[in-house]
Amino acid sequence: MTFTTASGKGNGPVVGAKASAAGPRPGSPKNKQPGNASARKWAEIGLFVGPALLVFLVFVVYPVISAVRYSFYKWNGVKQFSEAEFVGLDNYRRALFGQGIFKKAYTEPFLTALSHNFEIIALSMAIQLPLALLVALILNRQFRGRTVVRVIIFAPYVLSEVITGVMWFVILDPNGIATRIVEALGLHSPAGGWFEDVHWGFWTMFFVVSWKYLGLAIILFLAGLSGVSKELQEAAAIDGASWWQIQRRINIPLIGPTIRIWAFLSIIGSIQLFDMVWVLNRGGTQGQYSTVASYMMDKGFYRSDWGYGSAIAVIMFLISLVVAIGYMLVILRRDNSTTAKN
Amino acid sequence: MANKKRVIALTALAASAAMLLASCTSNDTSASTSASAAPVTLTWWHNAIAGADGKNLTGDYWQKVADDYTALHPNVTFKIEQIETNDLQRTRIPAALQSGDAPDIFQAWGGGEMVQQVNAGYLMDLTDKIPAAIKELGSSAAGWSVAGKQYGMPYTFGIEGIWYHKSLFDKAGITGTPKTMDELNADVTKLKAAGVTPIAVGASDKWPAAHWWYNFALRSCSTDVIQASNTAFDFSDPCFVAAGKDLQAFIDTKPFQDQYLSSKAQQDPTSAAGLVGTGKAAMELMGHWELGQYEGFQADDAAKATLDADMGWFNFPATSSGAGDPTAVLGGGDGFACYKDAPAECADFLAYLTSVDVQKGFAAIPGNLPVNPGAADQIASPQLKQLADVRASAGYVQLWLDTYYGTNVGGAMNDGIVALFGGTGTPQGIVDGMTAAAATQ
Repeated sequence: MTFTTASGKGNGPVVGAKASAAGPRPGSPKNKQPGNASARKWAEIGLFVGPALLVFLVFVVYPVISAVRYSFYKWNGVKQFSEAEFVGLDNYRRALFGQGIFKKAYTEPFLTALSHNFEIIALSMAIQLPLALLVALILNRQFRGRTVVRVIIFAPYVLSEVITGVMWFVILDPNGIATRIVEALGLHSPAGGWFEDVHWGFWTMFFVVSWKYLGLAIILFLAGLSGVSKELQEAAAIDGASWWQIQRRINIPLIGPTIRIWAFLSIIGSIQLFDMVWVLNRGGTQGQYSTVASYMMDKGFYRSDWGYGSAIAVIMFLISLVVAIGYMLVILRRDNSTTAKN
Repeated sequence: MANKKRVIALTALAASAAMLLASCTSNDTSASTSASAAPVTLTWWHNAIAGADGKNLTGDYWQKVADDYTALHPNVTFKIEQIETNDLQRTRIPAALQSGDAPDIFQAWGGGEMVQQVNAGYLMDLTDKIPAAIKELGSSAAGWSVAGKQYGMPYTFGIEGIWYHKSLFDKAGITGTPKTMDELNADVTKLKAAGVTPIAVGASDKWPAAHWWYNFALRSCSTDVIQASNTAFDFSDPCFVAAGKDLQAFIDTKPFQDQYLSSKAQQDPTSAAGLVGTGKAAMELMGHWELGQYEGFQADDAAKATLDADMGWFNFPATSSGAGDPTAVLGGGDGFACYKDAPAECADFLAYLTSVDVQKGFAAIPGNLPVNPGAADQIASPQLKQLADVRASAGYVQLWLDTYYGTNVGGAMNDGIVALFGGTGTPQGIVDGMTAAAATQ
């Protein structure tokens, strides 16, 4: 022992520096043939990442770049793109700053759709979040049939959007069961029908979307709650804390990261909300529950206005990007730094 | 030099071969003129798919037509694909045309979409290839021509009007069918008094509502204005705003069912077709296919027969003012076009497909309305016979306006009209939307 240590010291600082650098992997063949190793490393990276990267480039990066390119052209999607007319920023101008008849025909419907997206975000935070949190806190205990209740709550999220849409269409049909119940109660259903009435359409859509996605929030919160240590709750209970105090002082703060991740997913999902809205009736006959994505599909694809549709897609991409990065920097930063410290 | 010699030799060879072939086929009774004996496979995309009952009478018939043509011309075989209309029109055909690898024969709806395809140079000009067949179809083929040249052949062309229940008219004490808007308004009042929903409309699908405006526009605008409007896209003539005002006045009389904005056109019993099919509403403005839809809501053949006897049809009433032809009708149909690189046999096959005998077989399928006047005697349904007569005697037949103007202006028009139905639009708004869309295409 002593000898080894002494001899180590005896090697002196000159050798020591080298020895410590090479120390962890003595005698490895990689060290002898560094060129070969690097080639092999890159071959491995290429082999494992290559196919996925190729798919990513072809099906994600290339379409994104194409959309940006299309957005500067007037193109009806029928003639070859090479014959399309370059119009500069006209498509963006039409979406954001249209004048006269263009304002009414393009800018206003677009801004309406965009405002719907942000209304959905606000309503998700104001209605879905407290509701899901409350249900999760109530369900976070042992009781008979707990699994069954959880499955029922999660079921809507598992259903496909199309099935959900058709189901609610049947329920909310002008002669459907919802209309009959409301009328049996002596009330009137909306004059234009649940989905198509200019005042009610948006709220009906928000109800269906909430019904569909609330289950995800509840399950996420329950998963977060199961990670909260029982000892903390028991200790608080022994100290005389009420149920509500335990939730407010212990459970809710401790699942903060889960809530913030859910909010992030919810915000991005709200900005990109499409399938549900489209299945219902393409954003409504008068755009009463249109979103940016449904507006893009309607104008770009169904009106064969590909350049304009692409411009909308690019605007939506930028909004998502800004919101996502902003949220990461401002809100998720704290969670990330906490994890790093741990 | 050597090249030139070779070209001459080849030409001579080709010429003698052609003469030989011509002599071989001169006894052939078919209309074929340019078909060579070289084996040819025609790819054919059509929209006749199986219905909910699993039957596909029209699709089966197309297979038979292809087989019959192969029997007449053994060198021609077919590769047929049946594709649902929306998928075919919105995705498959545009993508195939873009890629340069398009089917030889594909579904063509005429109008603005065809104008775009012709401008992009995708379609075969049939004008000089099958002149006799084109002439045989008469005015119905006009929707498939662009700037005087024929690029497609329709095989069915129906017109629209108002379907009604004779029994419900009797119940409300209405005699005869309305000829003018004033008479229609009076009938609506009588039906309401009798507790019957006067008119069903599936506004949730937009186009069924939009067709009301099309008909008002056809009554208020002169034929010349309508005819010029799909090339100049100039909607400044006041007749277009007048059409919206007429429609607004009509909507204000509340002739439609409750919550019509949320009603679909077809399929379920609460759709517009369902309301009429089940006898809950008296009238509907719809195309020739709607009788088949109504029949779909009947429990058995006896109920179907009762319904068939009870359903009547009349042309859209005349308005009190306007420069339009009061006998003009709106219609539309389905046809086929040939891709520019398709073999010459393609044109000949389209001539065969629209010939009298093939059209007779098509007309024998219930609900089908042939284009060729020679096949009209095969129509079994009295209502469809009546439609064919009205079509033949109409002063002017106009293609559906949304098809006519193409997806962009047509879509803007339909959006504007539904907004009027929903209370958020104005007659001027419809025209402004169309003008804005036209400026962007």
